[in-house]
Amino acid sequence: MTQADGLHIRLSLARPDFALAVDLALPSSGISVLYGPSGSGKTSVLRCVAGLERATHSQVRVGREVWQDDAKAVFRPPWTRDLGYVFQEASLFAHLNVQENLAFGLQRSRKPGATAALDRSIDLLGIGYLLQRNPSHLSGGERQRVAIARALATQPRLLLLDEPLAALDQARRLEILPWLEKMRDELRIPMLYVTHSPEELTRLADFVVVLRAGQVAACGPTQQVLSQTEAPVIVGDEAGVVVPATVVERDLRWHLAKVDFVGGSLWVRDGSMHLGQSVRLRILARDVSLAMHANPMSSIQNQLPGHVESVVDDAHPSQALVRVRCGEAILVARVTRRALSALQLSPGSQVWAQVKSVAVMS
Amino acid sequence: MTQDAVDAIGLTLLLAASTTVLLLLLATPLAWWLSQTSSRWRAPIGALATLPLVLPPSVLGFYLLVAMGPPGPLGQLTQALGWGVLSFTFAGLLLGSVIFSLPFAVQPIQHAFESLGRRPLEVAYTLRARPIDAFFSVALPLARPGLVTAAILSFSHTVGEFGVVLMIGGNIPGKTRVVSTQIYGHVEAMEYTQAHWLAGGMLLFSFGVLLLLSWVRKRTPLGLP
Repeated sequence: MTQADGLHIRLSLARPDFALAVDLALPSSGISVLYGPSGSGKTSVLRCVAGLERATHSQVRVGREVWQDDAKAVFRPPWTRDLGYVFQEASLFAHLNVQENLAFGLQRSRKPGATAALDRSIDLLGIGYLLQRNPSHLSGGERQRVAIARALATQPRLLLLDEPLAALDQARRLEILPWLEKMRDELRIPMLYVTHSPEELTRLADFVVVLRAGQVAACGPTQQVLSQTEAPVIVGDEAGVVVPATVVERDLRWHLAKVDFVGGSLWVRDGSMHLGQSVRLRILARDVSLAMHANPMSSIQNQLPGHVESVVDDAHPSQALVRVRCGEAILVARVTRRALSALQLSPGSQVWAQVKSVAVMS
Repeated sequence: MTQDAVDAIGLTLLLAASTTVLLLLLATPLAWWLSQTSSRWRAPIGALATLPLVLPPSVLGFYLLVAMGPPGPLGQLTQALGWGVLSFTFAGLLLGSVIFSLPFAVQPIQHAFESLGRRPLEVAYTLRARPIDAFFSVALPLARPGLVTAAILSFSHTVGEFGVVLMIGGNIPGKTRVVSTQIYGHVEAMEYTQAHWLAGGMLLFSFGVLLLLSWVRKRTPLGLP
């Protein structure tokens, strides 16, 4: 990433309960997730980037385009910023049908290739069958897909998504997540995605910014941020790591696929994958256990040698999160304090990480 | 029906229609400003726009009569502009009606704008709409039920007005005599049959308006889905 591309956001904003102060350089493509508990300032960051809220002493730059620079008294109002914004709750215009909603931004952005862009976003979000309907006749998930397509149809340089799944129930969320993954893989524009859901973070993020009370608590590529245990980003059941991997072998008899990643190889469930396919593996800390020796007599067949890098407290005092380096990769294991003591594990100890379950994403 | 009654009904309808058109043009920007601003003038101007709701029509009519008369400030202005004096003319009646029914137009429109919230406008801004564009393409269409209510209320309130008309119109047949003052005249002259016809017509008309209003409210929901 050079200075010229990517997204630079420096904001300061006084809030009644905290002061927002961030200075971020984000990649020029893929999904950057702003992650943190509610009230940590995530949405404020997004609104300031869009110009809907005005931060002071701030700078917002997208590539070479300066949207705000208070040092030079530059502040471009939202309608002149080349962005798409997807709000938390469905925000379709009730007086327009789906087609007219989609056309709203398209007509005003006046860019070449508008028709093709519209067709592409209709295709990408699979909403072709909804065009003549009224927003009140759509399900929550359909409305949000239309809202995303409407934002994309303007061919923005930056897509901002403010907890787009938060107002939906779990079934609807699962319905939309694959569309978002598809967008991440097919679109070339940067996306800034606000969420407090660990699931969305691990499934979607290429880059993570963790916010706590208006301050950046951690920032970096997803693998790096999620595997750091000094200050676990995700606590509770969802703690774990996400690593990229490649499918290298398929065992059709047992419906398993072998995937290689920088920490070694794992056998995972084969869901119609093809050789050479890139996937993301999500390995939860609760699914990794530690042993002093390889154990061929175990039902857990994914076993990787490594050594302990660090041990930190988990949410409950009986447990700890152990960061294990396997080759070039980091896995996080959740074990009890008693087990740590019995196995005499400390930084540097040689261990075998037994991986009970791996989720394969996209 | 007598020629007098036909004249009075025609004048009433003309007055109510003109008042409604003028009020929609005036009240919409005023209601928009009241719904969006955080200016310290919001409260006094809001109160001023509501004043005709609580003032007795005779008080309003009295002040208007004084202002529009030859020595009054409004009278001076209209004379200087070469329009003559407005009192006891249709134009004066129209001005009085617009002021008298102002709250009935401003309040439903303001309420409709306020219940939209900031979100539809913000959505429009992020879709490249400038504020004036967002007003016409998003806020106004979404506030349509409020505008319809305002139009119906302004029209029917003007039809039902009496005190202001009597004070500044003077009940001149064919010029400023409307149905309500005509009924008053019939009763004064003990012409109860004619009064019955007109009063009964007003009753049916008002009932019809209220029925229409409830139908409009049920049919058009406000805001975003």
